[in-house]
Amino acid sequence: MLIIEDLKAAISGKLILKGISLEVKAGEIHAIMGPNGSGKSTLAAVLAGRDFAEVTNGTVTYMGKNLLEMAAENRSKEGIFLGFQYPIEIPGVSMVNFMKTALNEHRKHKGLEPLSASDFLKLMREKKGLVEIDSKLTSRSVNEGFSGGEKKKNEIFQMAILEPKLAILDETDSGLDIDALRIVANGVNMLKRPDNAAIVITHYQRLLDYIVPDVVHVLYDGRIVKTAGRELALELEEKGYEWIKDHVEEN
Amino acid sequence: MNNLPERSDHYYALYEENIRKITENSAPFMNSFRKEAITKFRETGIPTRRDESYRYTNLDTFFNHDYKSYFIPEPSDFVKAEEFRCDVTDLDAYGIVLLNGFYPTINGKLRELPGGIWIGSLNEASAKFSDKIEKHYGRYLNGNSDGLVHLNTAMASDGVFVYVPEGAVLRRPVQVINLVESEADMFNQHRNLIIVEDNADFTIIICDHTLSPVKFLTNAVTEVFVGENARFDIMRVQNEHNNACKITHTFIHQERNSRVCSNNITLHGGLVRNSTHHYLGGAGTEANSYGLFLADKWQHIDNYVNVVHAFPGCASNQLFKGVLDEMATGAFNGRIYVHKDAQETVAYQRNNNILLTDDAKMYTKPQLEIYADNVKCSHGATVGRLNDEALFYMQSRGINKREALLMLMFGFAHEVIRNIKVEALQERMDNLVMQRLKGELSRCASCMVKCDKLF
Repeated sequence: MLIIEDLKAAISGKLILKGISLEVKAGEIHAIMGPNGSGKSTLAAVLAGRDFAEVTNGTVTYMGKNLLEMAAENRSKEGIFLGFQYPIEIPGVSMVNFMKTALNEHRKHKGLEPLSASDFLKLMREKKGLVEIDSKLTSRSVNEGFSGGEKKKNEIFQMAILEPKLAILDETDSGLDIDALRIVANGVNMLKRPDNAAIVITHYQRLLDYIVPDVVHVLYDGRIVKTAGRELALELEEKGYEWIKDHVEEN
Repeated sequence: MNNLPERSDHYYALYEENIRKITENSAPFMNSFRKEAITKFRETGIPTRRDESYRYTNLDTFFNHDYKSYFIPEPSDFVKAEEFRCDVTDLDAYGIVLLNGFYPTINGKLRELPGGIWIGSLNEASAKFSDKIEKHYGRYLNGNSDGLVHLNTAMASDGVFVYVPEGAVLRRPVQVINLVESEADMFNQHRNLIIVEDNADFTIIICDHTLSPVKFLTNAVTEVFVGENARFDIMRVQNEHNNACKITHTFIHQERNSRVCSNNITLHGGLVRNSTHHYLGGAGTEANSYGLFLADKWQHIDNYVNVVHAFPGCASNQLFKGVLDEMATGAFNGRIYVHKDAQETVAYQRNNNILLTDDAKMYTKPQLEIYADNVKCSHGATVGRLNDEALFYMQSRGINKREALLMLMFGFAHEVIRNIKVEALQERMDNLVMQRLKGELSRCASCMVKCDKLF
């Protein structure tokens, strides 16, 4: 589904991603872990089409297409979803209008008729239950005045509506209490299907108690320095990132 | 004694030329103000950028112009206007049309609405409601030194009159449609007087439109009295062409425990200047002053707000927003004046603007004068671009850039629109703003027809 080969990217001339290669297949959940400043969020931004990072080398192939040539909105319509670490507040734009516009863009892309207002509201109601999001929140402006946890739930709610093929969740667990964490993780698990995949970016192991990854990568200083099964996450939790540092220096 | 610049002199000459005709056509009480007003005008003149409150607005283009006529209606105009009135299909019972500042119907210039409310021509009302008019007319300018207000007092002879007696509540709003139509470039002035007595509740919507493609200059003054415990909502919707200059001065005097909400929405216009004066003249009053403008090309939109807290325990709130595209310029000047006795005042002010190009310019200036010590006041102004992060957030959900930009601008504007209390009107304004942002705003005529279907 997604093949990243020797990807390098720089922000204001400074190389942040120093050659990343990675393959995600349909049905898989990959976790990318790593200390602060290792390039996790930059990788997510590059995949979603944010233009602050400049790709200097490498290729990213998504469903057989060159992902890096696609505009951000087209990546979304092709099935990529980025769950933001810091979801943006958009005063004056209602959640309903925002998601309805987005969904209908997706439908248009697939050659489907736009959803009627009543069908859309029905869909919203149905998806709301999945992430236990408060009805009041969806009638407000996008993320405006939401708490940290509500914002994250709202990301999963949007994901539930757009039903992406590849979800990239950028530190969705940061700033969540244990209940919110469980709800967010449940949402992700319930949306899992054999034909879609997810990349879960996280600093801590604890999210992986709820979302069980097939593959765990450790990103350090712009490179993937270790890849293994879910046991790697537990090992990392136990030994800390210092262990990775030592491991890298040894090699 | 007259050492005014030439252009002010020109307007004095216009006064001299027309005053006989004006006087003959107006009520004696209104005439009694003219002499003093023109004297004051000769002292002050047309405002220039040296006047603090006009610092960012250059009136030259519209005032240094030889208007072919100063509009005083002939009987034939009334006939023409009468025909026009029929053109505006089935206007709602509470609609009023002003043509070039005059109330055009020959018969029935005053109408009674439910609850003993009267609306109609100010000139006509000065006989029937002489006691009310004498009590309120010219009383709420509060020593205003704007030469254009004096010029209006000196020359205006008609406009809208509204009388809402004590305790009267009108569920439906009154809609005033200001039309200007002329074959030659035209200068016109009108004067509105709105009296809302104690415990009454009244909403008025004023729509400004241009009907012919000539150059227009309109200088309008509105005085409003809001009695104790009364509620008053005023909304202005401006949709004029780029060759029109609209200057409005609104003076709202509030008595104890009254609540006022003013909303100026400028969708289109060459040069627009709205000055809104709120005088909180009794304890426990509340004044909300909102404004929104959308400008492009060479348009210039100026909002001047002056909130005076004269008594304790009053609250005021100003929220003005602007979206400026191409070479458009805008100005906001928000004054809050708190008298030394106006303790426990709460006064807020916010002005946010979005510049869509490098050439657009916005001037914003808060002006707070606080002489009481126990007050809560705040002000904030921003001039910036659309939020890139929000734009990307929307794109990342599949919304294309153009649509995302529109939604962001609309969201920005909606913060003002959402304060409109009449829900149907709020919806209508949302649509108009969206059309304007898409560059599809229709002409005023079609706008009116849709508006009157609202109520």
